[in-house]
Amino acid sequence: MNLSKILKNAFLVAIFGLIITACATKKSVKTTTESSTTTKAAETQKSDPIEKLDALMQGDVYIGSDTVGELASGVPDRVFFATNETILTTASRETLRKQAAWLRQNSDVTVVVEGHADERGTREYNLALGERRANAAKDYLMTYGVSSDRIKVLSYGKERPVDSGSNPLSWSKNRRSVTVKAN
Amino acid sequence: MKNKFLLILIFCFFLKPGISYSLVEIDITRGNLDPLPISVSPFFTDKISEEKIKKNLDIDNLGLEISKVIENNLSKTGLFDTLDKESFLQKPDIAHLKPRFEDWALIKSQVLITGKVTSKIINEKDYIKIEFKLWDVLGAKMVDGFSLTTVPTNWRRVGHKISDKVYERLTGESGYFDTRIIYVAEEGPKTQRVKKLAIMDQDGFNTKYLTLGNELVLTPRFNPTNQMVTYLSYFRNMPRVYLLNIETGKQEVVGDFPGMTFAPRFSPDGKKIIMSLAKDGNSEIWVRNLETNIQEKLTDHPSIDTSPSYSPDGKFITFNSDRSGYQQIYVMRSDGSKVKRISFGKGIYGTPVWSPRGDLIAFTKLHKGKFFIGVMRTDGTGERLLTENFYQEAPSWSPNGRIIIFYRETKTNDKGQGFSAKLWSIDLTGYNERLVLTETDASDPSWSSLLGN
Repeated sequence: MNLSKILKNAFLVAIFGLIITACATKKSVKTTTESSTTTKAAETQKSDPIEKLDALMQGDVYIGSDTVGELASGVPDRVFFATNETILTTASRETLRKQAAWLRQNSDVTVVVEGHADERGTREYNLALGERRANAAKDYLMTYGVSSDRIKVLSYGKERPVDSGSNPLSWSKNRRSVTVKAN
Repeated sequence: MKNKFLLILIFCFFLKPGISYSLVEIDITRGNLDPLPISVSPFFTDKISEEKIKKNLDIDNLGLEISKVIENNLSKTGLFDTLDKESFLQKPDIAHLKPRFEDWALIKSQVLITGKVTSKIINEKDYIKIEFKLWDVLGAKMVDGFSLTTVPTNWRRVGHKISDKVYERLTGESGYFDTRIIYVAEEGPKTQRVKKLAIMDQDGFNTKYLTLGNELVLTPRFNPTNQMVTYLSYFRNMPRVYLLNIETGKQEVVGDFPGMTFAPRFSPDGKKIIMSLAKDGNSEIWVRNLETNIQEKLTDHPSIDTSPSYSPDGKFITFNSDRSGYQQIYVMRSDGSKVKRISFGKGIYGTPVWSPRGDLIAFTKLHKGKFFIGVMRTDGTGERLLTENFYQEAPSWSPNGRIIIFYRETKTNDKGQGFSAKLWSIDLTGYNERLVLTETDASDPSWSSLLGN
């Protein structure tokens, strides 16, 4: 019993450390919403080892491969965003460069970039946010040589989550843009 | 709609207007902790009428059913305590003729409603005539009443019209019972929700589905002047604002825009639709005049501008923008000039909706991981949060501006199960929070104006 108590305390300390780190590594100072989200991230993942959560999210951007499909062999179909953000992470840019390279090689293919948001926002704002995210991806594809008439954008807002969970990890998987073949 | 709302109204007011009866009055500006005891006697129906109505509607005791509609409306306001019919001493027919006030005072009733249903034939067609009287028990006199004749299938609406009359008489405010609510009916798993437009009476009856669920539909809103609805449809994967006539079922795209249009709402005169257009990663607010077909951009900012709503005089627009970095509420003139931020509290603010009375703006607020429905004055002062939950949004006002209806979603469990979306209502006072019953899960409610005759 004592041992389990010690373990529990150690666990709590570890979680606390995680929160501090998560907060400290955030680039911009966010509202309290975000920090409470981080707290909940730790809470809801209690049963998982901390390493696992760490491996799946960086800040609150999803970096795992759980839901990721393929646009083509070796070309991931989606990129992920931080809460309320439309900025492309380094990993996202790498994914999009792969998509662009493949699209340049397959010039007959047209795509739809779907923009999605998590469920923690009002429906109408999320429709706009999804459109912004899809356009961020589209713009990057264009920078790497894909012509704009081959890329349509379609925002789903929060209407089409891939993960139905109500926790930060699920939300991070849902904040995404997905490049889908249209023909 | 198949069911034409042709009400033949023959109002026979039993009282001269202008006489004030101050004995029974309710102050609805505060949370009512002391509801007014009221008795709704079953409406009397004679034997011959009863048989005819049974044949027409397959309802055994229509008089009783009408009294239940009224009772349900009044008790849900939280302002009335409807007394148990078992305790009534007087028979419905005698009570309607001339109540023995001592009998009603004995069960502590302060107000009594009585009525009578008769079947009639006009031009070889069946009609029902419904009479109602409102009695002040303590003052021992009748204070209001009317009678009207309509097609039998309209009987619930008659119950609502009577409820409106009683509410108006006793609170001094206009009623909201003879109204409908349009919403999005939802079914299926959270990741693949099937959504349809649905419409129902304010009390949850007469639900009708207006779309089949083949394409995603969102945010239906009533035209305040007629039975038109504007909404967002993903028809052919092109999210656009549509206009729907709920009487004829005719639908059309609103305007010709080069991108996704969404967040539509009518102007108070019903002649314009205000909405967002998202293009190249930027959402701006546009207005389209439905008569002249002229469309005009009202905002010009690289941020997200959405969720616009007119003031009831049409002179101002409140909307949602993240131009400050986060979602906040703004007000501008209806020509797009004089943009001013009004929300400055902690947290982020969305979905501003101007009250039909003009003095307040209802909103959704996200703060510390919780969602609130609240109201503030139109200059942003006097913020009042009415209800807090895991997730809720999309406030819509009752036509008299006393009640706000919104939707609430539940948190799922560890396995992602247990999701539901339901409609809720709450008084402007912050009291009387209620689940609004719907056949399926529901979201995005919009309350109609009082229906005409």
